[in-house]
Amino acid sequence: MDDVGGAMRRESDDQGGSGMERVESDLDAPTADGTLGPDSTYLNYLAAGRLMLQRSRSTGRFFFYPRVIEPTTGQQDLEWVEACGAGTIYSTTVARRLPERGGDYNIVLVDLIEGPRLMSCVDGVPPDRVYIGMPVVAAFVQGSNGPLLVFRPTEEGR
Amino acid sequence: MASSLRGKAAVVGVGHAGMGEAPGYSAMDLLAEASLVALNDAGLSLNDVDGLFVGSSFHFMPTLSAAEYLGIQPKFSDSNMIGGASFVAHTLTAALALNAGLCNVALIAYGSNQRTAGGFVSMSEPQPYEAPYNPRNPLTAYALAAARHMYEYGTTREQLAEVAVAARGWAQLNPEAFMRDPLTIEDVLSSRMISDPLTLRDCCLVTDGGAAAVMVRAQDARQLKNDPIYLLGSATAHWHRQISSMPDLTKTAAAESGQRAFAMAGVLPDEIDVLEVYDAFTINTILFLEDLGFCKKGEGGSFVEAGAIGPNGRLPVNTNGGGLSCVHPGMYGLFLLIEAVKQLRGQAGARQVLDASLALVHGNGGTLSSQSTCILGVEATL
Repeated sequence: MDDVGGAMRRESDDQGGSGMERVESDLDAPTADGTLGPDSTYLNYLAAGRLMLQRSRSTGRFFFYPRVIEPTTGQQDLEWVEACGAGTIYSTTVARRLPERGGDYNIVLVDLIEGPRLMSCVDGVPPDRVYIGMPVVAAFVQGSNGPLLVFRPTEEGR
Repeated sequence: MASSLRGKAAVVGVGHAGMGEAPGYSAMDLLAEASLVALNDAGLSLNDVDGLFVGSSFHFMPTLSAAEYLGIQPKFSDSNMIGGASFVAHTLTAALALNAGLCNVALIAYGSNQRTAGGFVSMSEPQPYEAPYNPRNPLTAYALAAARHMYEYGTTREQLAEVAVAARGWAQLNPEAFMRDPLTIEDVLSSRMISDPLTLRDCCLVTDGGAAAVMVRAQDARQLKNDPIYLLGSATAHWHRQISSMPDLTKTAAAESGQRAFAMAGVLPDEIDVLEVYDAFTINTILFLEDLGFCKKGEGGSFVEAGAIGPNGRLPVNTNGGGLSCVHPGMYGLFLLIEAVKQLRGQAGARQVLDASLALVHGNGGTLSSQSTCILGVEATL
């Protein structure tokens, strides 16, 4: 339990630079520093093409979406760790849409290898070719409001 | 100590207004009209109401807006907003407040003009980690749950369609139901796909409607004009807000709310005569029959086959026609309670379930997020 709060203490010693620079320079940059919250930190990583997840140092558990505490335990000893990007489709649906409005599109829930589940879409295949159990890997595209995390079928996939 | 509330409060009045289409009426008009119908049904007047319970998709501070419109100054009010289950959840808060002496007459009320006002509206804030993928909630979430249930348990689209067909069968016996045309399994399967695997006919209606229920303490209920319908058990559980945070898309928190409501009521699922469960989508009914203990997990699809939950089936479910065929004005929860009370009073006309003495009402809100169960019974069940 000595490590609980360690991230915050260490962060308070870190006086250097803007949040963005810190994100770029320190893989384990803690979030609760008063200048850069968990959402901004996550999005900055995303903009740099990296899928980063939070993990409690003491419990070792990953979680998503970004928070200032680990849900349920309330642990604040959080660190950012780069996800390997691999995941499996937990569920999928094709949202039917008229062609003139952009056509059908896909919405999925992905279970990451690290544990967390998140909503996303599978890019690069027709929406109805996505299936539950499909192995996928993270990719980054430019969305209408900034960088967007999507997934693509891995080579082992159909 | 929740069981100390068993049978200590009763529903003594129910009413609805503007079911289907009510052009020219605001959400609050419909709430007020339904409230007066319910109060008349109870033999009470607006002046008697000193407890107010309101949920709304249109009003940021719904109890304030409703009390102002009605011209009442309640001693106790609650607008716990957990989506469509809110009104089922309110039964427990109302029973608590009544039996603590904080109020004497509790009015639970809702109104919506979403159909004639231009379609589905929601005050629900976008979930920032879901919104970029353009989910069409609540539809997308329920489609994801249905897809997963099919994957894990072999549930079929035909079984989903059975739920819609059973609801339509009941609606055909209910002159107040919005959609009463014949509906077949094939009709459901061949209707327009909206979000795989759900078609248009797997989805609830978009209607107008107001609804209200009046509750008082049990000892006060016996002096009023209707046979009291007692609240035997009531419980709410919620495990997530957004679908991506739902631990298991095939198991809802109804498993917890149901268990607590049954424990409070001291009854078992096989004693229930009639069920009213929140069927916003066909998958809901299957999930809730499983999670509430009417069949094993994964067997909901086969449970509903061959008209089992329709008229002349083995278990009467959603006897007004449900959100799928009777009425669904944005949030449907209070209509479940009304239908259960009508069934227990023996006032359900052609759709009456014979000798119904115990009813289960199950509300659902958000994206399978909030789950509220209550068990109601006639005097003999006390």
